[in-house]
Amino acid sequence: MRVNPRFIDKIVKLGLNAQAFFTVGILIVIVATICFKGFPYINFEFVFSSPEDMGRRGGIFPSIIGTILLVMLSILLATPLGVGTAIYLTEYTKESRFTKIIRFGVESLAGIPSILYGLFGFIFFVIKLKMGWSLLAGVLTITIMILPTIIRTSEEAIKSVPRNLRLVSYSLSATKWETVTKVVIPSAAPGILTGVMLSIGRAVGETAAVIFTMGSSLRFPASLMDSGRTMAVHFYILAREGISMEKAYATSLILVLSILLVNIIAYYIMNRVISKYS
Amino acid sequence: MIKKYRFNKEHLVRAILTVFALSSLLFLFLIFIFILFEGLPLFLKIGLNKIILGFKWAPTKDSFGIFPMVVSSFLVTFGALVIGAPLGLSCAIYLSEYSGKKTKMFLKPALELLAGIPSVVYGFLGVIYIVPLVRNYLGGSGFSLLSTSIVLGVMILPTIISISFDAIVSVPKTYREGSFAMGATKWQTIYKVIIPSAKSGILASFILGMGRAIGETMAVIMIAGNALKIPTSILDPLRTLTGNIALELAYATGDHRLSLFSTGVVLLVIIMILNYIANFGIKRKVLK
Repeated sequence: MRVNPRFIDKIVKLGLNAQAFFTVGILIVIVATICFKGFPYINFEFVFSSPEDMGRRGGIFPSIIGTILLVMLSILLATPLGVGTAIYLTEYTKESRFTKIIRFGVESLAGIPSILYGLFGFIFFVIKLKMGWSLLAGVLTITIMILPTIIRTSEEAIKSVPRNLRLVSYSLSATKWETVTKVVIPSAAPGILTGVMLSIGRAVGETAAVIFTMGSSLRFPASLMDSGRTMAVHFYILAREGISMEKAYATSLILVLSILLVNIIAYYIMNRVISKYS
Repeated sequence: MIKKYRFNKEHLVRAILTVFALSSLLFLFLIFIFILFEGLPLFLKIGLNKIILGFKWAPTKDSFGIFPMVVSSFLVTFGALVIGAPLGLSCAIYLSEYSGKKTKMFLKPALELLAGIPSVVYGFLGVIYIVPLVRNYLGGSGFSLLSTSIVLGVMILPTIISISFDAIVSVPKTYREGSFAMGATKWQTIYKVIIPSAKSGILASFILGMGRAIGETMAVIMIAGNALKIPTSILDPLRTLTGNIALELAYATGDHRLSLFSTGVVLLVIIMILNYIANFGIKRKVLK
């Protein structure tokens, strides 16, 4: 018996529809669970007070500050480094064996899992350079970890700047550097910003690389050499050690909301760029 | 004067940017050196065989066998692929071939958001939903190979979807038109023309997904149960290479700590092989 191919076509279409919406369903279940279970425990005190009794009571303010410090400082280091690399790769060289090696390095860095960044940061920054579990060790580790994302998105953004813009700039006798800073980077800025936002999202949610470099002290990191705890690490410890489910849900809500917000901003910027160039 | 100043500045900029570009290589080099430097001595002292093929992990009593963890890491990765690959590929096909513009505008960012959810959150939700489900309906403690594979399968979806989507979209439109012109239905076109043409990209997406699954840590230690033996059924708990490092690094000293770096070396080698295949091995085939 031969089945009508058009019938198969309909079945397949139905199946693919179902699978796609199943996948979206997973996202909805994740976000909805966290919102419904976390929302009742969120209040002013939870956000703006310190944890007490290992996190059973009180809030998460130090870990919010810890997260912001870690992420901002890492971005501050990784952005110039990453954008500089992207500019070098696109504007200052032709494709050669040398750029291939650098690209290989960037791809390899991107593929290394976060636990190995944690292992490296622990042995290099924490132990060999004697930083101890500190904000500084965390910042340096996260900087290296997010660098490939920033390089790749900046490179894409810079490549998509029309060649004519550069030619006009050169014809006005601008130097290469003037062209880069006054023409290329401003046009590529939204794309670069998208990469930066995505990196922020990744750094906010990171646990494995942070817990072994920045440690998990519950106090405020008052200096670069102090240990501290990010929201993700705090959430991990609350959930895994079963300290407090309520606080774990509430922490995860703030964690996930901040990541969603960052991602939505990134997507919004990216869409504006796409509609601008097409 | 001015000309000379500009000339120098351009050179300075070029030099600085070259240093920036080299920094990625330097970081990669440092990561390799320091993990190898800590991890290799134990291989020399105890023996490669006794570590990689050793069954007993008792690092405080000089037994550093990580064979069960190597096997477990591959098992969860394979499990994740069994769940994530068909689902991810069908999502990619749906996105590129079936969905309208409006659905796409909503679906793509939603799928990208899945990639943004932190792994600890995946682990936590796995403990809340998947673990009890497995325990109640299939038995065992629920902390198992099956639960871990399901959660990892979902976690690698965004990687598989975005890379295989790019591969499918880049199949020339004329291929599709040619197939339709011969009277093929949409599914026949997808099955016999599009998927074979996009094969290498789809394969690369699976391998990068594997890389992500084998390197995943926090979600795995929350769900896998972390038992020190080779699982004999999908309901048995297990401990992966990543889990081994994360669980013990905080308090390990001496040879015990070195043995965790040896675990890291094994993981690093596996990851580099997978990345190399995905980035170079497969793309080369396309060029031919």
